[in-house]
Amino acid sequence: MTPGYYVVLAAVLFTIGAVGVLIRRNAIVLFMCVELMLNAANLALVTFARINGTLDGQIMAFFVMVVAAAEVVVGLAIIMSIFRSRRSSSVDDVNLLKY
Amino acid sequence: MEQTVEFAPATGWLSGIWLLIAIPLVSAAVLLLLGRRADRWGQLLGVASVLASFGLALSYFFTLRGLDEPSAQLRLFDFISVGGLNVDAGLLLDPLSMIFVLLITGVGSLIHIYAVGYMAHDPGRRRFFGYFNLFVSAMLLLVLGDNYVLMFIGWEGVGLASYLLISFYYLRNAAATAGKKAFLMNRVGDAGFVLAIFLLFATLGVVDFEGVANGVGQLSQATVVTIGLLLLLGACGKSGQFPLQAWLPDAMEGPTPVSALIHAATMVTAGVYLIARAHPIFDAAPAAQNVVVAIGAATLLIGAIIGCAKDDIKRVLAYSTVSQIGYMFLAVGLGGAAYALGLIHLLAHGFFKAGLFLGAGSVMHGMHDQTDIRRFGGLWRYQPITWATFGLGYLAIIGIPPLSGFFTKDPIILAAFNREGWSGWVLGSAALLGAGLTAFYMTRLFVLTFHGPKRWTDTVHEGGGAAAEHPHESPPVMTGPLIALAVGSVAAGALMTTSVVDWLTPVFGQHEEGHAHLGHWTVTALTVAVTLIGAGTGVALFRRGTALVEPPAGALVRAARRNLYADTLNEVLFEMPGKYLTRALVYLDNRGIDGLVNGLAATIGGGSGRLRRVQTGFVRSYALSVLAGAVLVVAAMLAVRLG
Repeated sequence: MTPGYYVVLAAVLFTIGAVGVLIRRNAIVLFMCVELMLNAANLALVTFARINGTLDGQIMAFFVMVVAAAEVVVGLAIIMSIFRSRRSSSVDDVNLLKY
Repeated sequence: MEQTVEFAPATGWLSGIWLLIAIPLVSAAVLLLLGRRADRWGQLLGVASVLASFGLALSYFFTLRGLDEPSAQLRLFDFISVGGLNVDAGLLLDPLSMIFVLLITGVGSLIHIYAVGYMAHDPGRRRFFGYFNLFVSAMLLLVLGDNYVLMFIGWEGVGLASYLLISFYYLRNAAATAGKKAFLMNRVGDAGFVLAIFLLFATLGVVDFEGVANGVGQLSQATVVTIGLLLLLGACGKSGQFPLQAWLPDAMEGPTPVSALIHAATMVTAGVYLIARAHPIFDAAPAAQNVVVAIGAATLLIGAIIGCAKDDIKRVLAYSTVSQIGYMFLAVGLGGAAYALGLIHLLAHGFFKAGLFLGAGSVMHGMHDQTDIRRFGGLWRYQPITWATFGLGYLAIIGIPPLSGFFTKDPIILAAFNREGWSGWVLGSAALLGAGLTAFYMTRLFVLTFHGPKRWTDTVHEGGGAAAEHPHESPPVMTGPLIALAVGSVAAGALMTTSVVDWLTPVFGQHEEGHAHLGHWTVTALTVAVTLIGAGTGVALFRRGTALVEPPAGALVRAARRNLYADTLNEVLFEMPGKYLTRALVYLDNRGIDGLVNGLAATIGGGSGRLRRVQTGFVRSYALSVLAGAVLVVAAMLAVRLG
């Protein structure tokens, strides 16, 4: 049970999530990648809690989960309203703030 | 052995001398502030205030004569009290200021009365009397102030009044320009006066006459000469002496009463008053005195030469004023006994020059504001009173005995000849030559105006009906003052040389007659001879009138017609460099400084234009920036941790 491997796994998951956010065009997939990043952070927190023998990391993981849930609610609502008005779910189409 | 100068304080009746200044000042304020409501009776208030001042002045004169020590200093209030500078406002009535007060209020009253008639048809008459009273008040402050600062306030006041009155017909371009020219040239002189006051304060610490008179002995020669020359600059500006004489003839654009009072009898004599009042300084600085006599002699010749070539009646009289004040400067520059001589010439000149100007106004009034003497002629039949009074003034100015001019100009020429060394011969000859030229051009003026063939026709009114109109004599309100001034020109002569000179002794001290180059009767004979030659030449040349166009003439006459190129010189030396400097600076301001500021704004505008292209609107590029920033922060933390 080497905790080191879990930290490496968390890092890899985070990187995959970050690259996914930058590359994927579909808004839902983008959200899934963001969730991936958040879960990677959760994993890292719990692993370090296990390494140090305290419970602080696990408490923080709860907070992160709550935030992720709230964020998904709001984000999906926004994506749905955009899809309803534009019939497109590509993030490249919301560029009205261009100069 | 130096005597300390001390003035007695004013007591009793004399403690009211501030009224002399206050009455015309209040009258001026009322006339100018009430506006059109005062139009019907404004001129009466104006005349009444100056007459009241004259009455008071006479009473003060008799009171002052009764005192043992004829001086009265009235302390008014603390004016400036800053650090080491303490200037108390106060008035000083001593023999010198007394004669000026009498001249200003006396001749001033006569001219005010004349102006009631002269300005009768002018809609701006009330404004005229307001400014005129302001002038009288400021001039009285000038001569009554007991320190140089108060005198300077009056000095500036008369400059202002002169500007307002010269450009009285402000809708006329020539009048407005002449007013500006007079004010600007005065300003140059004022700068000299102010610098002299600063120097006095810096070296002596006091600026009142008593303090300066007692302290002037402690100053170094260089300081005293500098102060004297700066005061002389101020005096030249105000009195229209070389090199600041070009404004005086242009000042004839104002109404004739203005020319008579301000530019003949009073304001232009303020320079002579300044030099006389500052006589402790000039007595201690012979170098400055040399400059004063040189300027006096030069100006009297300049005025006389130009006066021979002018055809406008008022301009001839203006140059005559410039020339006569040159005599006064010559006298006060000679110092000693000649101070009083300059002042009695000033008094006599006030009478006959004012009379001549008012007479010219009367002629202009009768000839419908025509001023060109080539279009006059034969007027003695139509304007007899004007002819008689003008004639008496003319005889006085050329110095025919027994009129006053003879008694006052002759001693100056004598004093000039009796100056030590070669300068006496030069100055005396210049003064003598000036007397001859004066006789010539005044005779030319008199003969061309009043005698000879008529070079005008009767005015025929349009619309037929009325008969042709001759030039008519002026109404009594105008001829009355003319007669009064003529009486002064005739009678005052012997009175001047004895009583007035004795009256002025407490101010200038008693002086011995020095070693003489020429005897008294020799000079008198020479002067009268030169005068008669000048007058005779004038009569012979102009007895039969003159052509209406300018005849071609030699170089000197052509130069005289163009004011001896004084205006050209001023333009080339001062106006054009000033104009080019202004244009260069404006160019610098527009291109250089504005360019700098505008360039800065343009740079920022251009930069921001480039920068806003970062806002692409793509969410993924924003996400990339966030990632890049996060990576940077982590790298920095690692560097700190591991470094």
